[in-house]
Amino acid sequence: MNIFDMTIHELHAALKGKQISSREATVAMLDRIETIEPQVGSFITVTSEQALTAAKSADERIARGECHLLTGIPMAIKDIFLTEGIRTTCGSRILNNFIPPYSASSWEKLRDRGAVLLGKLNQDEFAMGSSNESSAFGITRNPWDTTCIPGGSSGGSAAAVAARQAIATLGTDTGGSIRQPASHCGCVGLKPTYGRVSRYGVIAYASSLDQVGPLTRDVADCAAMLEAIAGHDPRDSTSVNTAVPDYTATLKGGVKGLKIGLPKEYYIEGLDPDVQRAMDAAIETYRRLGAEFVDISLPHTDYAVATYYLIATAEASSNLARYDGVRFGHRAEADGLLDMYAKSRSEGFGTEVKRRIMLGTYALSSGYYDAYYVKAQKVRTLIMNDFIAAFADVDVLLTPVAPTPAFKIGEKINDPLQMYLSDIFTIPVNLAGTCAMSLPAGFSASGLPIGLQLIGKPFGEETVLRAGYAFEQATEWHLRKAAI
Amino acid sequence: MMMTVADVEYVARLARLELTAGEKELFAGQMDAILGYVEKLRGVDTDGIVPTSHAVPMENAFREDEVRPSIGLEKALANAPHVSGSFFAVPKVIE
Repeated sequence: MNIFDMTIHELHAALKGKQISSREATVAMLDRIETIEPQVGSFITVTSEQALTAAKSADERIARGECHLLTGIPMAIKDIFLTEGIRTTCGSRILNNFIPPYSASSWEKLRDRGAVLLGKLNQDEFAMGSSNESSAFGITRNPWDTTCIPGGSSGGSAAAVAARQAIATLGTDTGGSIRQPASHCGCVGLKPTYGRVSRYGVIAYASSLDQVGPLTRDVADCAAMLEAIAGHDPRDSTSVNTAVPDYTATLKGGVKGLKIGLPKEYYIEGLDPDVQRAMDAAIETYRRLGAEFVDISLPHTDYAVATYYLIATAEASSNLARYDGVRFGHRAEADGLLDMYAKSRSEGFGTEVKRRIMLGTYALSSGYYDAYYVKAQKVRTLIMNDFIAAFADVDVLLTPVAPTPAFKIGEKINDPLQMYLSDIFTIPVNLAGTCAMSLPAGFSASGLPIGLQLIGKPFGEETVLRAGYAFEQATEWHLRKAAI
Repeated sequence: MMMTVADVEYVARLARLELTAGEKELFAGQMDAILGYVEKLRGVDTDGIVPTSHAVPMENAFREDEVRPSIGLEKALANAPHVSGSFFAVPKVIE
């Protein structure tokens, strides 16, 4: 078996058993990255030297008998996570030369357990996009079909797992940015409950929606990664102080008697027939495993995209005000201060980022604030209430992740509204602040992966992972590999 | 047409963005389409509904008021495009 094809658990067993060293694993991954990268474009920065140094110290730890599940495992993280001393761009020209003075908490937790950083992954600029086409560092291609998008904004994080350029990765999810690319690339991706994982050191897009999560080859790896990164962080005042469960211990509990809700608003006409078939087959699998299905309704679903694009852009316009050419980032030459701000920002930001700053500024501007921003916040309350009502009757919801498999590169880039609508099934979860996972559930006629989404109660990651694990044990979709 | 080029210019000024003529045209059309789409929220009855600014109900998170080390001058200035001594340097503000 190739090292680069392994899961965290498989490589851990080989490291612990001394069949493979972390150095060998890291070299194998770096070779793989070099071979595959011209076809896929998952990375913005490859950190070969630092990776080999980290692998050496992981091997020393293993020799001393300190072999945590993640010790010596080569990983990569989205370029939205600050990494002390390693360039962090967030996919933007404005941060082209930014070397952070500190690291993100979530990455520190992986690093402290001995994980090896292979590099920083490509993404839509400032995590704004659903296709990875808005990166200032080139597009990322879908490893299953390189004429298609990998999804976004954590497109590099999903593509790197699918192309076996990293054993596992970290991404962020504001409106579907982990789950949608995981679905399009055939890997497992989890957006934890808001507050479950610290956002300290994660470059902010929309602070009331952003959350950090893992992308992996299977559900067991996903549980292990979540266990490592979850928990309260005094440096993020919105991280929640509740105990982190042992997600691995409860994985094998099965789904007998589990009540699964099917929200009728997610099974709409116009859903791609291949996606519909995959959902039907998944429902049948769960029935066979002893789960019960309940038809439910989330009546405000149709308003979620509109609500999201007002709230997220408003928060973004405020968060991105910090890029002014003064303390860090790109600065344009100009005579006066105001000119310098405007020129620096206009040269540094790409089109999608400018568009969202404009929308958000408009929604917050005098005379429109109540009509747009406050109205959206009120509808957000109704969307949250829909989920609260649904979870009074069921344990999890089963839905598609995206209405279609991965679309072609360039297909939606000139029509932002169509691009926004591709997140229709993932956005409500961010607005409600709850957790959801995408996992492989089939393939389209043309061979593109299709993901199913399991939505859990707030802090219900245990149930989502357990339900996902049961499905994975009963199916073989997650074992298929992109031919690349 | 809800969004005119003049509206785009006004919002761009607020956002400290300098747009090209092409961008202004493009954004006027696209923002118009997007704002047209979000109009659907007007049809939702939100009388008496409390706005949500945060998904998890939390009160202020306080910590002990104790002195802790900060990032330090050298690191704080390391990424600055222009530095003058121990300060961030910017173009002249007052003529």
